Amino acid sequence: MSDYNFAYLDEATKRMLRRAILKAVAIPGYQVPFSRREMPMPYGWGTGGVQVTAACLVPEDTLKVIDQGADDTTNAVSIRKFFARVAGIATTEATAEATIIQTRHRIPETPLTEGQILVFQVPIPEPLRFLEPRETETRTMHALEDYGLIQVRLYEDTARHGEIARAYAYPVRVEGRYIMDPSPIPKFDNPKLHNAPALQLFGAGRECRIYALPPFTRVESLDFEDYPFTASKAAGQTCAICGAEDSYLDEVIIDDAGGRMFVCSDTDYCATRCAAQAEDAA
Amino acid sequence: MTPLLKVEALSKHYGRHLGCGDVNFTLWPGEVMGIVGESGSGKSTLLNCLAGHLAPDTGRVIFETRAHGPRDTVTMTEPERRWLARTEWAFVHQNPRDGLRMGVSAGGNVGERLMAVGARHYGEIRAQAEDWLGRVEIDPTRIDERPRAFSGGMRQRLQIARNLVTGPRLALMDEPTGGLDVSVQARLLDLLRGLVRRLGLSAVIVTHDLAVVRLLADRLMVMKDGRVVEEGLTDQVLDDPQHAYTQLLVSSVLQV
Repeated sequence: MSDYNFAYLDEATKRMLRRAILKAVAIPGYQVPFSRREMPMPYGWGTGGVQVTAACLVPEDTLKVIDQGADDTTNAVSIRKFFARVAGIATTEATAEATIIQTRHRIPETPLTEGQILVFQVPIPEPLRFLEPRETETRTMHALEDYGLIQVRLYEDTARHGEIARAYAYPVRVEGRYIMDPSPIPKFDNPKLHNAPALQLFGAGRECRIYALPPFTRVESLDFEDYPFTASKAAGQTCAICGAEDSYLDEVIIDDAGGRMFVCSDTDYCATRCAAQAEDAA
Repeated sequence: MTPLLKVEALSKHYGRHLGCGDVNFTLWPGEVMGIVGESGSGKSTLLNCLAGHLAPDTGRVIFETRAHGPRDTVTMTEPERRWLARTEWAFVHQNPRDGLRMGVSAGGNVGERLMAVGARHYGEIRAQAEDWLGRVEIDPTRIDERPRAFSGGMRQRLQIARNLVTGPRLALMDEPTGGLDVSVQARLLDLLRGLVRRLGLSAVIVTHDLAVVRLLADRLMVMKDGRVVEEGLTDQVLDDPQHAYTQLLVSSVLQV
């Protein structure tokens, strides 16, 4: 452990990252470029999130890492171990106990509180990327609020599928200004971005971008007046383990005969509910 | 009556080479002006300077905006210029590929400008798109097809619909009939003439096809080597050309 500087990165790099984070917080939804460092994991495994987490960590922090809502998946376990080793900080699986939560593809079901930091791993930070391939042009479009194009994509969806078919990475407008990609969280989680008491940071390692939602920021999902946004999930299903009706569910194939079950994607939320039920029964 | 567009001493150089030099003209509401000349005479440079795609070296382009009266589009800010480009101007490219989004349905293409100026009601956007497809003689049932599935003439008409949907007052057209066969050209010209007259649109049409300007343009400007060599009423210029180059141009047209 003593072979590494606290939280792996050197202090100069962390200062550079913190500057980028402060700028991102000052301009909600704006993508701030930063100079990424080589991390001991491949791109696509959360290098952006890891660098942002490293820049935010202090020795008193308690870290939680989730991947698709689960605490026990490869990505989550390896990043949690990484920081336990290079920063010597406490780790937890309980959302309420964590001060920093690094996440991939989910926002925890347990409402976040003031003082917590949620760090998202972002693969493609540019919401206009697949509509306009030129980076110079997308930056100009952001600068000039030239956002007709992204609405065209919603139009195309509606024309083809009868609804806005985008189920994840659903674009949002921040404080009525920047259009932002909330990272590939399910659109079920989009309402949680709005007016959240926690600080939300987004790190894209491969693309070298950091952006942020300060606490209590207005975040609106894009839609049409006659086709309003809906935070959908598996219809009519409840969690097979804890019976939750309000949480986002994963569909799990359980045999070769078409058997399937729906379970909470947030493992901590599910376990907490099960423990409470066991206590009530006892 | 105030002029819709007033161009004063507009010049554009590409390094030491002259793109277009010292161009002056006034375009009145409802008027259609043609610009003819051979390749490399500065027609497209001039049109791109008017549309704000290129920044001229010197000169002023005063446009009579709906909201703020006459404004110099050369010195206004980029957001203002883009707003004008979406609301009060139409720009028709010679190749519809440049002006259309080939991967987006016809309805999406027409609706883009509406959405860019704030339309957020899907049903209304779609109704307007259908209406405009009808006006440019495209079967509205093909609204969900992509321009890839359309013929060249249909693509060009789609591009026109996409541009006119926000009710612009000035249309800038760069060889709108280029690359189309003559019968399709004739239909397109017919359509353009109808639209321009019905909507009271002013237009600047750049072309090297004298038949196009004879049909559409009220006035004509002849350019050569970046300079305007002759200017006047279309019939007057074509029937009684004064400048040697114009005489050459008019006599070069094949008589069938």
